[in-house]
Amino acid sequence: MPIRPVAKNTASSVSMSASPGTRASGSAEAQANQQVVEERIVEIVADSGEGAQKAGQIFGTISAKMGNGVWTVEIIPAEIKPPSRSRAGASGIRIRFGTKEMTNMGDEADLVVALNEQVLFGRMEQRAYHKGTVLLLESKWRDDPDPKVRQAYADALEQFQHNGYTVHEMPMEQACMEHTSNPRLGKNMFVLGMLCWIYQRDATLAEQEIQAIFGRKGEKVVAMNQALLRAGVAFAREQLEEDPYYIPPMEVDASRMVLNGNQALGLGVMAAGIEVVSMYPITPATSASHYLAGVYKKVGGVVHQAEDEIAAMGFAIGCSYAGKTACTITSGPGLALKTELLGLAVMAEVPLVIIDVQRGSPSTGLPTKVEQGDLLAALYGEPGDAPKPVLAAATIEDCLELTVTARKIAEAFRTPVILLTDANLASGVQPIPRPQVTEDWLAPPIDQSPWQDGVCPYDWDAETGLSPRPIPGQRGGEYVLTGLTHTRHSKVAYDSHSHQLGCEMRSRKLAALRSTLTPPKIHGDEQGDLLVVGWGSTLGAIEEAVNRARAEGQRVSSVHLRFLSPMEPGLKEIFSGFKRVMTVEISYSDPPEGLTMGGGTQPGRPSQLALLLREQVGGEIDYWSITPGHPLSPRQIYDVLMGRLADLDVV
Amino acid sequence: MFGLKKDWSLDVLPRYFTFEDYEGGEARWCPGCGDFGVLTAVQRICRDKQIPPEKTVCVSGIGCSSRLPHYMHTYGFHGLHGRALPIACGIKSRRPDLTVWVATGDGDCCSIGAGHWIHAIRYNMDMVVMLFDNNIYGLTKMQTSPTTRRGFRTNTHPEGAWIPHLDPTAVTLGFTNVSFVARTVDWNPPHLYATLQKASEHRGMSFVHILQRCPHFTGKVFEELQQDPALTPLLTHDDGIQLDPDVAKIFPNHQVHDPSDHGAAMQMVERDDVVPIGLFFQDQSRPCYDEFMKQGLEMATEDKLRGLEQALDHFMI
Repeated sequence: MPIRPVAKNTASSVSMSASPGTRASGSAEAQANQQVVEERIVEIVADSGEGAQKAGQIFGTISAKMGNGVWTVEIIPAEIKPPSRSRAGASGIRIRFGTKEMTNMGDEADLVVALNEQVLFGRMEQRAYHKGTVLLLESKWRDDPDPKVRQAYADALEQFQHNGYTVHEMPMEQACMEHTSNPRLGKNMFVLGMLCWIYQRDATLAEQEIQAIFGRKGEKVVAMNQALLRAGVAFAREQLEEDPYYIPPMEVDASRMVLNGNQALGLGVMAAGIEVVSMYPITPATSASHYLAGVYKKVGGVVHQAEDEIAAMGFAIGCSYAGKTACTITSGPGLALKTELLGLAVMAEVPLVIIDVQRGSPSTGLPTKVEQGDLLAALYGEPGDAPKPVLAAATIEDCLELTVTARKIAEAFRTPVILLTDANLASGVQPIPRPQVTEDWLAPPIDQSPWQDGVCPYDWDAETGLSPRPIPGQRGGEYVLTGLTHTRHSKVAYDSHSHQLGCEMRSRKLAALRSTLTPPKIHGDEQGDLLVVGWGSTLGAIEEAVNRARAEGQRVSSVHLRFLSPMEPGLKEIFSGFKRVMTVEISYSDPPEGLTMGGGTQPGRPSQLALLLREQVGGEIDYWSITPGHPLSPRQIYDVLMGRLADLDVV
Repeated sequence: MFGLKKDWSLDVLPRYFTFEDYEGGEARWCPGCGDFGVLTAVQRICRDKQIPPEKTVCVSGIGCSSRLPHYMHTYGFHGLHGRALPIACGIKSRRPDLTVWVATGDGDCCSIGAGHWIHAIRYNMDMVVMLFDNNIYGLTKMQTSPTTRRGFRTNTHPEGAWIPHLDPTAVTLGFTNVSFVARTVDWNPPHLYATLQKASEHRGMSFVHILQRCPHFTGKVFEELQQDPALTPLLTHDDGIQLDPDVAKIFPNHQVHDPSDHGAAMQMVERDDVVPIGLFFQDQSRPCYDEFMKQGLEMATEDKLRGLEQALDHFMI
């Protein structure tokens, strides 16, 4: 049993006088009875408004500051204040930390702190826990005045025990009451203190974080939260036995920064020299704009909150047309609304960066949950042929760097560029290397020199489709941009030749971009039985699953695509080295074997990336995709890979 | 020459723009269309103000009137149906040096783009918005628009439009942070010119509601107003539209109206017996979104890089 309470219950003896220190034991070294492990997965699950995420973020940050690898995933309900103790209203956070770099949420949690028992059911459904997962459960519900609550609590305990969890009921709220009259608002720091003791985290770092986060609210608030933190440390020391597992701090790489994907997008926007982000609030994209709204001034940028998604897009297009390439950040429903203007931007060749932080779809779908369902919409969402580059971030680092790349491509290829990220990256926190930003990352000043005589506004190069773009203010470059079919002179044309030519020129730009790309790197050997192809935030989980299978001698490799339109070259050659190629995606597809119906079988619809690969690379492409509303775990993917290998008769 | 010293010669502008310098492609509106008059007025104002063509941007949505940018020899943006205003605001946002004209119609502005109309007025960015109101969808061939009079037969309401029309002047006057609202008619070019001229001098968004005839579908809807100028009383004031007295004489009814008086403007616009024309409301002191959007525009590259490093510092371990 990994963690268990000391024999006698001494909750009442918890006092504020406990010194936080680095740890109760006074040292951050493994004790004789402790075993050094590579990683742990911890969750804090609560009702919305109890601050679970804040506590988890601080825990993740201090772990990163101790040199450990970290990945956090937020569990966010769709409502601000869902009814308390509701199964669907669970709000929380998972922190996976350890001695290696963490690239995904991992498998089942080792330890969960739960402020009520009901919020755990949603997590159980998602197989977040396994036999032996330790639950530190708020015990006050056992004695709740409402018999229904008492009954629900008792039933849940029975279920937890049946599932094989190790449950420790703990009077956390009661212990908090000594320091605050409203434990609902302070319990999170108390829990943080407990976790700091359990995992020998440096509580001084936690106190510094509290100072940094609550400093604005005044010393009183800081002091109270720090007191709760210390009380949590003391409480855990009194109540729990020494943790038999130990994650040693690592050498701190001072050149690393800790942030989530939406913050990385914001930094990317600034590092790209984009001066305007034109947006409309939409989950889970908005926090990128929140971040920018606070800091954009430092680089001379402005966030425009438009009256709707369409206006946000129109404003961005206007800004870009006038020479200042803008960015609009949205999610699937917003992308849908922007479709018509996106078609215009393609047609009239307006450089622009559109970031889609994907969520569960279609329609309003699952606003706070991850999905990769917008791939085909990004590529083919507009009526007619509207080719445009589509990039996808696979890591938090990508969120920053691909935004810079996207602006460069947008301007060099005179086109809107879509960058896809998702809810997993948006709130996932990880340490990443600090980028070395140089002047050439920023947008150059706009060209206001006279336009070259005789050059028309769409002077398409016959081979690449590329053309220089006049910017308003350039004397002699006057032209009228139009969404109507137009000639090289941007004159409205109704003839078939002009229409065909315009379509061809825009399409050629994609081929020209493709000619500048290099084949993706293969994770694993170049030859084998099975190749997994993925895109987006599943990178870490796929590679971890592949590593696991490879460690067992399986001949599995993977490639991960950053460019979806145009696709990176060389895929055909890479695929030819494997007996089977399959995609792994978080989106809906019918089973590859088809759907049984009326005694027969109807063909099923493949997953989105598989469909694209079949079209663009050809050959047989197998797929596995689901829409669970949460990130894929390495184990889930591993099981799928092993199943496929068994089909191939190589296991 | 004549023994005069050279430096006494007239100070000639390095560039002088003639009317022709603003003429773009041949206008393809129907003969007799009221849009021609508006186009001419805009070209004249550009010439009179000597705005360099390359510093002028005409933005439009979709519809007959939205073809206007094609007929100007300036930069132009012929956008999408209803979206002229967000696009124009985006253009102006980081380019305060550009002079922006917006051409929109009663369908474009008051129907499909109505949401943007409210908010663009509220943003109050510095540009002239010309609403070409011909009471009908022309380009798509005679469907009911929000300004089509009740009972008027259209292809979508063959027995006559069902519900009362909206008056864009009245509606715009009701929007928060409105700063300039005028109404004029295409059949009186001097008034049209003087109104657009006044609008172009305004700091903020000037909204000009132009009653404009569509000879094809609504050639007769303004006939009464044309034939009896008494029905279009002229709003007069020292701060209003200044009209040549000979032209003003055409209008038998003059109504003194102080354009700073919003309450009076609301009363004026609600009269159902007549259609007053002139400047209803102007307030140059209202906040302009331009001021917020141009923050950091002049920032030097080194300062940007420094700001960025500070932002990165914030996330360091």
